[in-house]
Amino acid sequence: MDFEYFTQLFFGGLTRGSIYALIALGYTMVYGIIELINFAHGEIYMIGAFTGLIISTVLTMMGMPAIAVMVLAGMAAIIYSCAYGYTMEKIAYKPLRNAPRLSVLISAIGMSLFLQNYVLLAQTSDFLPFPSLVPEFEFWEPYSHILTSPELMILSTTVVVMILLTILIKFTKIGKAMRATSQDKMMAALLGINVDQVISATFVVGSATAAIGGVLIASHIGQINFYMGFIAGIKAFVAAVLGGIGSIPGAVLGALVLGWTESFFTGYISSDYEDVFAFIFLVVILIFRPSGILGRSQIQKV
Amino acid sequence: MTAKQELKKSIIASVWFMFLTFPIMVIKVNTVTHTIDWRWHNMALVGIGSFFLSMLWRYLLKKKEEGGKKEKKAGLSFIQRLLQEKQFALPGIVIISIITILFPHIFSMYQTNIMTSALIFVVLGLGLNIVIGLAGLLVLGYAAFFAVGAYSYALLNLHYGVGFWVALPIGGILAAFFGILLGYPVLRLRGDYLAIVTLGFGEIIRLVLENWNEFSFGPSGIKNIPKPGFLGIEMSMQTTTIYVFYIVVLLVVFTIFVINRLKNSRIGRAWTALKDDEIASQAMGIDKAKTKLRAFALGATWAGMAGVVFASKTTFINPASFTLWESVIILCTVVLGGMGSIAGVIAGALLLILLPEYMRDFGEFRMITFGAVLILMMIFRPGGMIEDVRKTYKFEK
Repeated sequence: MDFEYFTQLFFGGLTRGSIYALIALGYTMVYGIIELINFAHGEIYMIGAFTGLIISTVLTMMGMPAIAVMVLAGMAAIIYSCAYGYTMEKIAYKPLRNAPRLSVLISAIGMSLFLQNYVLLAQTSDFLPFPSLVPEFEFWEPYSHILTSPELMILSTTVVVMILLTILIKFTKIGKAMRATSQDKMMAALLGINVDQVISATFVVGSATAAIGGVLIASHIGQINFYMGFIAGIKAFVAAVLGGIGSIPGAVLGALVLGWTESFFTGYISSDYEDVFAFIFLVVILIFRPSGILGRSQIQKV
Repeated sequence: MTAKQELKKSIIASVWFMFLTFPIMVIKVNTVTHTIDWRWHNMALVGIGSFFLSMLWRYLLKKKEEGGKKEKKAGLSFIQRLLQEKQFALPGIVIISIITILFPHIFSMYQTNIMTSALIFVVLGLGLNIVIGLAGLLVLGYAAFFAVGAYSYALLNLHYGVGFWVALPIGGILAAFFGILLGYPVLRLRGDYLAIVTLGFGEIIRLVLENWNEFSFGPSGIKNIPKPGFLGIEMSMQTTTIYVFYIVVLLVVFTIFVINRLKNSRIGRAWTALKDDEIASQAMGIDKAKTKLRAFALGATWAGMAGVVFASKTTFINPASFTLWESVIILCTVVLGGMGSIAGVIAGALLLILLPEYMRDFGEFRMITFGAVLILMMIFRPGGMIEDVRKTYKFEK
């Protein structure tokens, strides 16, 4: 077996996994708080990528240096994704707080459909080329045949985001409130936590990580379209379930496992059924270990 | 609340949405020629639109809250009462059957064809209604069962020359088999997992049909599928169209009959009980796994049969006819019409299929409207257009 090919696949899978992890975090955080799969999460990721593309093109045409474009476009993408996540929660989820789960689920699907077609109508249905925002690092030159500079960027950003997120959840006031809300919503409310605000904050944080993932992957792959959120969303969901939905380290672990398996599967076996593979993976996990790798199995109380 | 506060809130909403839609609605970049198209008029539209919509939104939410506080037994709607009245039942059936029998003779072939497609979606909607409306299982890959039916007819016909009437039950049974196959692993899952797994299943079927060229002829599909025959009589184009129309009508009638019988049967009540409270119904001795599997299998059967009819009607099928959009449209018909309500689902399907057909200019806004409809229906009218009336038993002392 060719070792270099193997390392390429290994790092390819690692990059892929980090992107899935960034999206999966949003799923798992929202699930942790309101026990609901946010169907429209993939769309937030797509909107992040689109905003990044639009802002970066405008800035480039205004003659800004590359590094400023990268930072500003990334920030714009994050801000807008957060705003969309916040608004989405207010429109499609908040009025249904006490409704049956089926209603919320259908409303979330509606939201996903709405956002996809909104971008389709307002922008385009074609694939748009995405500029490579990340420059080639000179110091990384000797290793670039294994891991390209954008991939390095993805990996390091993911690590930074994970660390920040851990700090946010473990050590800040809002993080404490999030953990309390996810344990017991009513008790948290009785103790003076504004549950609605915490839920909004969760959506915002999840959207921010999704936007980061969206911009990074778009600049890595080099093209985007309005449908990109669907498959990415599904795969991130698989990752979240694999790791144990509701658990943050689980989401990262699940995403990495999924990234590697996919990478090796397409590298050594076949690339025709790449997307089918993730689904089959999901079904297999759900049959044998529905609580995921790190998740606790839930006991249903009457 | 004063008018001033209302105005302020609306202005805030309007500014917020203008900000929110700014990059995507206003700026359009052309990455090839490197030009930017600034579409400021869109911003004005969004601003004005969201100003009024936010007022309407808050008004409706307030009304909904007030309505929730009131006693919910305010009474049935006009259509519901009409459906309940026994004295209207017979004349109603007579009128509707006369209209359907005469329909292909009065209207052109084009209209008949559209009506046939709409009726196929009625069957699909009613089938999905078993799974979602009665059993409360959200299935997002329903088009996959539709595909199973269509492909089983097309392939059986291609390889073994199987005719329409033989393929119809086979398609149904095969789809039911797939339903059980899918249902078995996902039975233990909660609603949201189920939605994603079935969505994944739908995509798997579509991707397999697209990629497995030796089996399904890939994206190019299967051509020249024969139309249904009648005792080997040669029929002209027009007669066949009418004939297919009548077959679909019969299928619809049969579906309505079966679902109506199912609804108040032991198994139908078991579904409703499971939908309302799984644990309680299990405690009452309902076998959860078996009951859910039955819902899956029965729901899939109708999709399979509708698929066979669809294949014979269009005489050409390819994977593009069975995408996620089809599943979503069927879901929309059920949600819009009213989950669990037969009349509602029929009305919903006819509305959702016929309306875009006659409003072609509106076509590109179709999916975005569907998305909005799903959200709005869930918030303001979760029961659908024609809400299902549950059979109640009165306890008299």
